[in-house]
Amino acid sequence: MTQLSLTDTDTSAEAEPQPDERREAWAARLADSLGDGYAEHHIIGGSDLWVRVARDSWTDAATAARDLLGCQFFDWLSAIDWLPSPFGRDMDAQEDNPEPKAADPMEQGHAGGETRFQMVMRLYSITEHMGLTIKADLPDGDLSIDTLIGVYPGADWHEREAWEMFGIHFNNHPDLRNIYLPGEFEGNPLRKDFPLLARRVKPWPGIVDVELFPGEEDS
Amino acid sequence: MTGAAVMSSLLAAEVPYWASTIIKLGVVALVIPTAALMLGYVFLMKMMSFMQSRLGPMEAGPYGTLQLLADGLKFLQKEDIFPAKADRTVFALAPLVVLVSTFLIYVVIPTGPDAVVAQLDVGIFYALAVSSLSVVGILMAGWASANKYALMGGLRAAGQLIAYELPLVLAVMGVVIQAGTLDLQKIVTAQAEGEIFGWGGIGNPFILTQFVGFFIFLVAVQAETTQPPFDMPVAESEIVGGYQVEYTGFRFLFFFMGEFGTAFAFAALAAVLFLGGWALPWGDLTHWGFNIAGPVILLVKVMAVSALIFWFRFTYPRLREDQLQRLAWKFLIPLSLVNIVVTGIFKVVL
Amino acid sequence: MTAVGADQRQQLAYVATQAADARLNVEIETEGMTLNIGPQHPATHGTLRLVARLDGEQVVEAEPIMGYMHRGYEKLAEVRTYPQVTTLINRIDWLGSFANEVPFILAAEKLMEVEAPPRAQWIRTVLFELSRIANITLFLGDMAVQLGALTPVFMAFRDREFVLNQIEAATGGRFHPNFDRIGGLKDDLPKGWIDDTKQVMEKMRDFCDEFEELVLGNEIFEARTRGIGIVPADVGLSYGLSGANIRASGVDWDLRRDGHEALAYDQVDWKVWTHPDGDSFARYWVRLQETREATHIVDQLLDGLPSGPIMAKVPRIIKVPAGEAYAATENPLGEMGYYVVSKGDLVPFRVKIRSASFSNISITPWLLKGVYVPDIITILASLYFILGDIDR
Repeated sequence: MTQLSLTDTDTSAEAEPQPDERREAWAARLADSLGDGYAEHHIIGGSDLWVRVARDSWTDAATAARDLLGCQFFDWLSAIDWLPSPFGRDMDAQEDNPEPKAADPMEQGHAGGETRFQMVMRLYSITEHMGLTIKADLPDGDLSIDTLIGVYPGADWHEREAWEMFGIHFNNHPDLRNIYLPGEFEGNPLRKDFPLLARRVKPWPGIVDVELFPGEEDS
Repeated sequence: MTGAAVMSSLLAAEVPYWASTIIKLGVVALVIPTAALMLGYVFLMKMMSFMQSRLGPMEAGPYGTLQLLADGLKFLQKEDIFPAKADRTVFALAPLVVLVSTFLIYVVIPTGPDAVVAQLDVGIFYALAVSSLSVVGILMAGWASANKYALMGGLRAAGQLIAYELPLVLAVMGVVIQAGTLDLQKIVTAQAEGEIFGWGGIGNPFILTQFVGFFIFLVAVQAETTQPPFDMPVAESEIVGGYQVEYTGFRFLFFFMGEFGTAFAFAALAAVLFLGGWALPWGDLTHWGFNIAGPVILLVKVMAVSALIFWFRFTYPRLREDQLQRLAWKFLIPLSLVNIVVTGIFKVVL
Repeated sequence: MTAVGADQRQQLAYVATQAADARLNVEIETEGMTLNIGPQHPATHGTLRLVARLDGEQVVEAEPIMGYMHRGYEKLAEVRTYPQVTTLINRIDWLGSFANEVPFILAAEKLMEVEAPPRAQWIRTVLFELSRIANITLFLGDMAVQLGALTPVFMAFRDREFVLNQIEAATGGRFHPNFDRIGGLKDDLPKGWIDDTKQVMEKMRDFCDEFEELVLGNEIFEARTRGIGIVPADVGLSYGLSGANIRASGVDWDLRRDGHEALAYDQVDWKVWTHPDGDSFARYWVRLQETREATHIVDQLLDGLPSGPIMAKVPRIIKVPAGEAYAATENPLGEMGYYVVSKGDLVPFRVKIRSASFSNISITPWLLKGVYVPDIITILASLYFILGDIDR
């Protein structure tokens, strides 16, 4: 196994930013239709498209993607908490963790953003065979956004999940209840400041099994 | 003394009434568990297993023959659980009612010229009448369990059994018209002594002329005994056992015995009505030897009919309740009515 | 093929529901019965719970309740290194485990900008299809047993075993192979495996033929499934239905053909099966055809298996560069995708798991209105879900 993994076939192609006209066109059409609600986009050529919109344009973006871009297929919806974990690498095995690292500054991913919580949804066009990811910033003081049920009825359960996992409120959602967690559960598990108690009680020993061979450098 | 005299004296004549009653009770009480065991082992355990490319039970007894006995003993040891909100009396009585209705069918099934518990002039009428008593027991079980699945199962069973009572009776009508009697014993002799266009080589088993009736009878039996494709009252994948869902231990065993006992009884009825019953078309039907050979002959025919019943059971998926009712009212009943009319015409013409 | 249009079907379902509601409230002053199906019910494959309000045998409304098996994989993935995550995600769709690993590995490879060597890609595809066969085979038997036919499920279990044996021979794990690695595979195929697998594929084709006659050719099966649980294509898409469920509604879309992931599907000759009806029968039919098609895919892949290494050059300690990537594949149950956010650490920053069953089942409240109780079982069975794939 080792000898195979050390063969020198380097298939990782040098990533050059290649132009992607179809995705550019999609982004342009969305920008046209949303106007001020459109924030920015990010394209990885031949691979994927990210678009960030204002919170108020969230449903408009979905409608536009469905009607203008032909994204009939509702893939999924969720959120991202960009807060660096306040527990640092405390969650790892203690051997790896001689001194707690200072928390990184908060840093949003593709298509930028300013806030800690970002909504993400993924839509797909079954005719173009192309998908896009739409994001929207949620201000810290007011974690709420309009529901997508009117556009995609399938958003119902995904929004319930985001509600219980991140505590994001969906305006006009008819039935915002817990979907996975028991009704009396407190807290929002997927927030970064929600501790994984199992790890607090007993550190995970598994992290040590990637220790270096003697003389090998951490790449 | 001739053998016939011995037999008749043994069976009825010189035995006091109370003793013969006890003997008869004992025979019937013994036959039902045996029948249930036999069908359960041969078909439920072995035939089904072979159809499903597996061996079935192999450990208890040679070739797993004692498996059902072991199961029965296990059931007897189980706790007799009553659901908290169940209607205790009704809940406890329901399996007995089902079992009693099964018992009562056996009373009139003839197994030999003299070997019959009670020879009634209205034998077949009586048999079909008491067999539908089981619906009362099933409704009781469904209602008293205080369980929604059980209730649905009970109601489904009631609807189904009532709907299939009609084709069952109507299918038999053809045989009754042809034989000219309701007495099961006379139906048997009518078949053994009958002739097909003057040729008496194999008698005249009514399956030849009443094949439509036989088909309807089998379908209706399948529904009456709640076996697939008509097992909605107990459908495991929908209502998890229906009216049986709350039963444990020996009360569940009663249901099990009732189910297989009834299947056996109906197979016996089918054998009597359509296949010539205990008799063979050759020889003297009043010979006492038929009291010994009759049960064996009947058993062979019963197993043949049971094989058909269970073959359907293991092969088909389940119908939906509305499809089942449609089949009964829109297909089987008209068909059996036509069958009666045609039989009547032939009866008058020939 | 029925001549009733999608709009008409919807209308019919709506009318039936309205009628049920009216009967409930006006005609006879009866209260609807609320029936709790599950979490421990033989038709729910685990712990799905369905609360159905009934009028007699007709469903007025039904709502699935889940979470009895929620394991929080999205949170757990945040404290595990990338190779460790595959152990977890094996358990999402536990009947087609290998297929779960692939999209995650592909997402990680996208972020790291490595690509597995061709041989690894081909073997990945072979194992992917074997998982599909093992998974769908069980569906083919299970759907029949849900409809009350006892025998097919035993045949399905029997023949699935041959496929599982092949998966075990190649990966060492019958159910949870954990075989896929970032940049390739753990091991190459064992000696003699290719011939054995081809024989197994032959058996599976026989199995498909047998089931086409035994189950699809059965009148009662047809009567129970035709016209039951009709999903119009546009509704299905807006609920996120994917895989065979949406192809059974006439949507010609298969991520194996239309996705752009690094798998070997474009190297072989195969067909995407669709069915115009959108009912339970169509879903069964499409899955059966896909199983047979998968055996052909495997055969062709094994014939053309390129030689070469099975691992690209990747560092021993995998640190994935910062970025976001979404990779999705056509899993046995439908589209499964992983949205991986990395901050350049040993562990992923956030993993969003898009599992097929969750979306597939989300249509049930819409679909179950106005049907009969036995049809609940038919529809749930034909939508085909795995609880682990819903609850994650």
